[in-house]
Amino acid sequence: MSIILDKVNYIYSPDTAYQIQALRDINLEIKDGQFIGIIGHTGSGKSTLIQHLNGLMRATSGAIYFHGLDIYDEDFELRELRNRVGLVFQYPEHQLFETTIFDDVCFGPQNQGLTKEEAGLRAFEALRSVGLPEELYYQSPFDLSGGQKRRVAIAGVLAMKPEVLILDEPTAGLDPAGRDEILDLIARMHRERGMTVILVSHSMEDVAKYVDRIVVMNQGQVLYDGVPREVFRHYRELEKIGLAAPQVTYLMHELAAAGLKVDAEATTVEEARACLMEALTGVSSARRDIHRE
Amino acid sequence: MLRDITLGQYYPADSVIHKLDPRVKLFGTMLYIISLFCFRGIVALLAATVFLFAVIRLSKVPFRFMVKGLRTIMILMLITAVFNLFLTPGEELVSFWKLKITAEGLKNAIVMAVRLTYLILGTSVMTLTTTPNQLTDGLEKALAPLSKIGVPVHAIAMMMSIALRFIPILIEETDKIMKAQMARGADFETGNLIAKVKNMIPLLVPLFVSAFRRADDLAMAMEARCYHGGSGRTKMKPLRYQKRDGLAYLTVTAYLGVVLVCRWFLPWPM
Ligand SMILES: Nc1ncnc2c1ncn2[C@@H]1O[C@H](COP(=O)(O)OP(=O)(O)O)[C@@H](O)[C@H]1O
Ligand SMILES: [Mg+2]
Repeated sequence: MSIILDKVNYIYSPDTAYQIQALRDINLEIKDGQFIGIIGHTGSGKSTLIQHLNGLMRATSGAIYFHGLDIYDEDFELRELRNRVGLVFQYPEHQLFETTIFDDVCFGPQNQGLTKEEAGLRAFEALRSVGLPEELYYQSPFDLSGGQKRRVAIAGVLAMKPEVLILDEPTAGLDPAGRDEILDLIARMHRERGMTVILVSHSMEDVAKYVDRIVVMNQGQVLYDGVPREVFRHYRELEKIGLAAPQVTYLMHELAAAGLKVDAEATTVEEARACLMEALTGVSSARRDIHRE
Repeated sequence: MLRDITLGQYYPADSVIHKLDPRVKLFGTMLYIISLFCFRGIVALLAATVFLFAVIRLSKVPFRFMVKGLRTIMILMLITAVFNLFLTPGEELVSFWKLKITAEGLKNAIVMAVRLTYLILGTSVMTLTTTPNQLTDGLEKALAPLSKIGVPVHAIAMMMSIALRFIPILIEETDKIMKAQMARGADFETGNLIAKVKNMIPLLVPLFVSAFRRADDLAMAMEARCYHGGSGRTKMKPLRYQKRDGLAYLTVTAYLGVVLVCRWFLPWPM
């Protein structure tokens, strides 16, 4: 059970002077339960790619299969696909419209055909899980801070109980604290609900800590696709396309080059700390694999 | 999908027509439209055709971009042609059932179709070779004398260029909002009229909120840079007529002269 992209191409404004090929021969398989980071420079085609996954955009050529079914098939229910693949867009301002936050979160479930009560229950559950203070539920979504608006937008999609949750740059424009809160929240969703999560970002630092697979996009193509330590091995090439590997990668590579016996491919600060302690004190840290916490 | 309705698609190219002063193109297009409505006879039609296609050729814009504008008025043109064909009284050519086609009807239908086609093609040349900003600049300069009698020419031109600037942005925004709501199961297509209007609320509210925010930001940014209306304001690229602009005026006038001479002095159907 998965989403498969087979040689997907997408061209904006074809046959005009402004024609742009945003996706080139994208092949991907997204397996159930994965936590994937899609990374790429601005304009590399990340947003275009994810809008194909729930059928909002139609590939110029190529095929997409959801659980083995061709989504461009005549009989395929695109609405059903959108119920199961939830997409949170980059700007929450593009979707908040109701007079209260609670009503806004009810919009999705009601469109799924649930009754008012059922939708309300879903909304409560979703708002609680994104950690929005309860006294805000009946206030206007337009008065919230950037981070809170984002939470409401995420709740609006979570309330539809999708199997796959896609988030387009959910941390853009947030301060470091707000960014960590949102990312921790997303990681918790993945852990607790077993959802497939696809996190789009232009910052390696953001996602390295959380995801178990990184897809690097460049100029509409998939450049690298693998577990973080595999991808960061190419940190010099990544730099060339304007994406830096996490700082700890540089540190560990330099330490290793200087002769210290450390694992140069540690991807998170916790991992690096554990392996530095081991190298310096000679005591194997029993806490080496805590980096997921 | 939504971007296709953008008004006046500028096609960037390096041609004489692109380089002409926007005022020339504005007045030239006006004169051409006038010529279309007073031409009579085959020679004049030939002149209009040659003139139009020569200009299109000079503009270096591929012909298929020109005809794009035609698609939208195809229906209107068909209806006009059909009405002219069947409803003009005169000498009968063929008749079947209750309909009859007259010689005058046939002539009117053809002339109307040609006029509409050339009109669209002619204005397309202008909008394809001139950026909206150049056009408003041209309008402002051309209408400048009116400011002496109290018409706020500068303010009107400024509003026009801001509006033109924001149309594509708002269209893009509409597209994004529609997608964001469709991702939450919104439906903008099915249902009766009342349902459809109600379904637009999730689209219109974010759109208005964003439009007002943008307007606010823009006003603030303009004031921060000391914008205070048109008085005493100079241009970074002031419009000045070049030699080629004079030549262009001459050509258009000569063409209009030919059409008028044909109308007054040549016997029908020449
Ligand atoms: N609505 C659009 N119309 C035309 N071109 C677009 C549109 N949206 C994006 N593009 C172009 O497609 C390319 C990929 O854009 P996008 O998918 O938004 O990249 P990213 O999300 O990685 O920043 C860019 O070159 C961008 O300019
Ligand atoms: Mg993007």
